[in-house]
Amino acid sequence: MESLQILERVKNQFGDRILEISDHKPDSFAVIDPKAVVEIGKFMNQDPELAMDCLSNETGVDYKDRIEVVYHLFSYSKRHTAVLKVKLPRDNPSVATLEGVWKSANWMEREIFDLIGVNFEGHSDMRRILMPEDWIGHPQRKDFVEPAEYHGISTVRESPIIRLDTKKK
Amino acid sequence: MSTLHTEEMTLNMGPQHPSTHGVLRFVVRADGEVMREAIPDVGYLHRSIEKIAEKVGYHGFMPYTDRVDYVCAMFTNQGWGMACEKLANIEVPHRGEYCRVIAAEFNRIASHLLSVGAMAMDIGAVTPFTHAIREREMINDLIEELCGARLTFNYMRIGGVAWDLPPGWREKALAYLDHFDPILEEYNALISWNKIYIERLANVGVITPAEAINYNLVGPNLRACGIKWDIRKDIPYSVYPEFEFDVPIGDGHWGKLGDSMDRYVVRIREMAESSKILRQALQKIPGGPVLAKVARNFKPPKGECQIRLESGRGDMGWYVVSDGTGYPWRVHVRTGSFAAMGIIQKLSAGLMIADLVTLIASLDVIAPEIDR
Repeated sequence: MESLQILERVKNQFGDRILEISDHKPDSFAVIDPKAVVEIGKFMNQDPELAMDCLSNETGVDYKDRIEVVYHLFSYSKRHTAVLKVKLPRDNPSVATLEGVWKSANWMEREIFDLIGVNFEGHSDMRRILMPEDWIGHPQRKDFVEPAEYHGISTVRESPIIRLDTKKK
Repeated sequence: MSTLHTEEMTLNMGPQHPSTHGVLRFVVRADGEVMREAIPDVGYLHRSIEKIAEKVGYHGFMPYTDRVDYVCAMFTNQGWGMACEKLANIEVPHRGEYCRVIAAEFNRIASHLLSVGAMAMDIGAVTPFTHAIREREMINDLIEELCGARLTFNYMRIGGVAWDLPPGWREKALAYLDHFDPILEEYNALISWNKIYIERLANVGVITPAEAINYNLVGPNLRACGIKWDIRKDIPYSVYPEFEFDVPIGDGHWGKLGDSMDRYVVRIREMAESSKILRQALQKIPGGPVLAKVARNFKPPKGECQIRLESGRGDMGWYVVSDGTGYPWRVHVRTGSFAAMGIIQKLSAGLMIADLVTLIASLDVIAPEIDR
């Protein structure tokens, strides 16, 4: 099925819990209600027409006014893809875990927790994965400022080649 | 008779363990030689490459992509190029695509050689590693002639490749393939069908097909479970539809379907398939330019996309969000090693400690690709 058709099918099932369907090129996506993530995930996983047996990618994006968690679903048997998104507030973003539907969510959600700071409710092992355990802050947030040192190790170059932080963006 | 009292111990394996392929750490809870659980601890090689992308711009990020997976740098190059091309709707010249495929397939052979060689070494056979590395050196020489680098290639650009094939390179490459095909036979005779080797690998770390999909395993690890799935065939990209090649899958011939031996054999067979693709590509390569005209100040329109390509470690996904400026808003790489690492904790229960080494090696985990 085409990506848009898949999203329409989910929309028919869940109605207004699908908040928006965007056919923006090149990849279309649907924005869904954060409270319905597990329900929609289970439906897409088990529905014989969709058969989304693989959560191929899950990641977070910080948009300065909100945080989005993006799910790339994929079906090996039907060979189609769909993209779902949830929009979360920047303060204490939290959404239910999809670990119960796709096991691969476990590590990807840990990464999002670590780098963007989204809390996944019901996750079995919500620890930092890439950064050190005692790190403060979430580096992939747009307003993250790198600390000047970590346990006495300086993070500042003595003679930087280019000053990235002063470059006009 | 009273039962023997055994005590559970906690062992620390890595981060400087020789067989952890880079910098990985496992906390192993073991009862004697049998593991209860091995908890992976990753992140020692985290450089926040995704964050760097937001600061250096689209063209500037290309050399950094090499560092995502330095054993398969051609694929990370190509992935970044493909994502940007999809965002801005750029078409790569036909010859450029051929150059990409040739460089990438040579890189795949080099990567698999390192993988199977290191696997034999981890198990205790050091000599096969030197044979694999010897062949890999020759590929490195070829690629060095192509782009000047032996590991972090930075060969591709948004819109094609940086340089055309140098004069006489095609003949050298074909001569290498003539030399390489019998080498696989030699390698098989040397180690693959060795009884001790098979005993160490067969029935170790068995993954069922359903598990593999649920844990999002990709590439050779997925195919070893008997799933015929290759992005080059099933979601074709670049010029792969123009070539004939097979997709080798595991069949459980030596033990159970999806064990470590299957993963090993799939890699060996894939090298032969890559060689087939290379012969066809080197024969058929068309003339013309290798690089499309792309603005130096590259600004793709607002939007987002995901592309997938078949790297040496399987399906690699690049997710790029553009806000219309010269700097990407968000870049995310979903890599095969990250997924493969996630399944180790589950597989480790009940394995011997020595088999953990086999398991890591057979999943072909590369530390920088996990941590990025």
